[in-house]
Amino acid sequence: MTLRDILNKLFGRQPASAAKARERLQLVLAHDRTDLSPDLLDQMREEILGVVAKYVEIDFEGGAVSLETEDRMTALVANLPIKRTISGQIKLKEQHSEKEKEKEKEKENLSLETSE
Amino acid sequence: MTLDTRVILICSGKGGVGKTTLTANLGISLASKGSPTAVLDADFGLRNLDLLLGLENRIVYTAQEVLEEACRLDQALVKHKQEPNLSLLPAGNPRMLDWLKPEDMKKIIEMLSKEFKYVLIDCPAGVEDGFKNAVAASKEAIIVTNPEVSAVRDADRVIGLLNTHGIKPVQLVLNRVRPKMMETQEMLSIEDVTDILALPLLGLVLEDEQVIVSTNRGEPLTLIGSKSPAARCYSNIAGRLHGEEIPLIDPSKEGTSFRDKFRRLMQTKIF
Repeated sequence: MTLRDILNKLFGRQPASAAKARERLQLVLAHDRTDLSPDLLDQMREEILGVVAKYVEIDFEGGAVSLETEDRMTALVANLPIKRTISGQIKLKEQHSEKEKEKEKEKENLSLETSE
Repeated sequence: MTLDTRVILICSGKGGVGKTTLTANLGISLASKGSPTAVLDADFGLRNLDLLLGLENRIVYTAQEVLEEACRLDQALVKHKQEPNLSLLPAGNPRMLDWLKPEDMKKIIEMLSKEFKYVLIDCPAGVEDGFKNAVAASKEAIIVTNPEVSAVRDADRVIGLLNTHGIKPVQLVLNRVRPKMMETQEMLSIEDVTDILALPLLGLVLEDEQVIVSTNRGEPLTLIGSKSPAARCYSNIAGRLHGEEIPLIDPSKEGTSFRDKFRRLMQTKIF
């Protein structure tokens, strides 16, 4: 957060646009490099969630499957909050402290190397 | 004669980012260091390199006649009067597009390699036939881009294609940099672009009105010994290509007025 960001917020001005440009570029390049359309990505997400749901109960609302790029390498990142495992291990934890109902997050990092 | 010629493709994907201006200025700058340099306009459809170099009225033959063996290479080469180490090989006319193949381009480049230390190829915009022809004959490449989303996206596509063709090294020139906009974070920063494209930065070129003035006159900035910001950047890039160690210009240090200092204060990270 810079001085300018604070002033922008105070005056209700739009934040500087470079960050937005960076974000949009990273997303569009991830798709360009993998040749994966948003439709296909959606379909893949559905299937991944389906497979994971067989083993653990996941929070479908909070889940996200996206493509991230760094150094010309594109990674498929799945962030799937787990409500409880089917075997009930997390359930046990919940009994210990009701307040700790925080969803346990698990990051799956499947690297899809794209070599163009 | 072994010259160990460096055949450098100057490309961008997107049009209008400054390929031809960079080619003209690097050509003049490298030639002025004493290296015989040729610039080849590979944009056979829409040629402009002759215009930027002020050589448009001196063209008699083109690469097309050389390939048809209607003239010798030295007859087609247009030598620059003020910088005799620099020669332009003009492109043919648009009809040529129909039959020009990667092999033809290779043949031309081979001929040029016997005479020159540097061969700079001004690549046409796009990734179609003109680009493919130019890539076939190149060994290394310079990607020119602007700190804008569309230019960076197209550059990324071109980098992918160059990688599949085994072109090495591929270096980046970031053109039309506006330090003030970068300071207010209304323009992608240098790190943003180099991180996203993952290429070594050969240099950056500051936005400069003098570039337009020089194209009006047909005299590249590096030819007239201009001290303008872009002129400095171009000769720095030529120096680095030539193996000299020249530090990068820091765009944030370009302004020293009170307003610029205030801008920098505004960028101070607080938390």
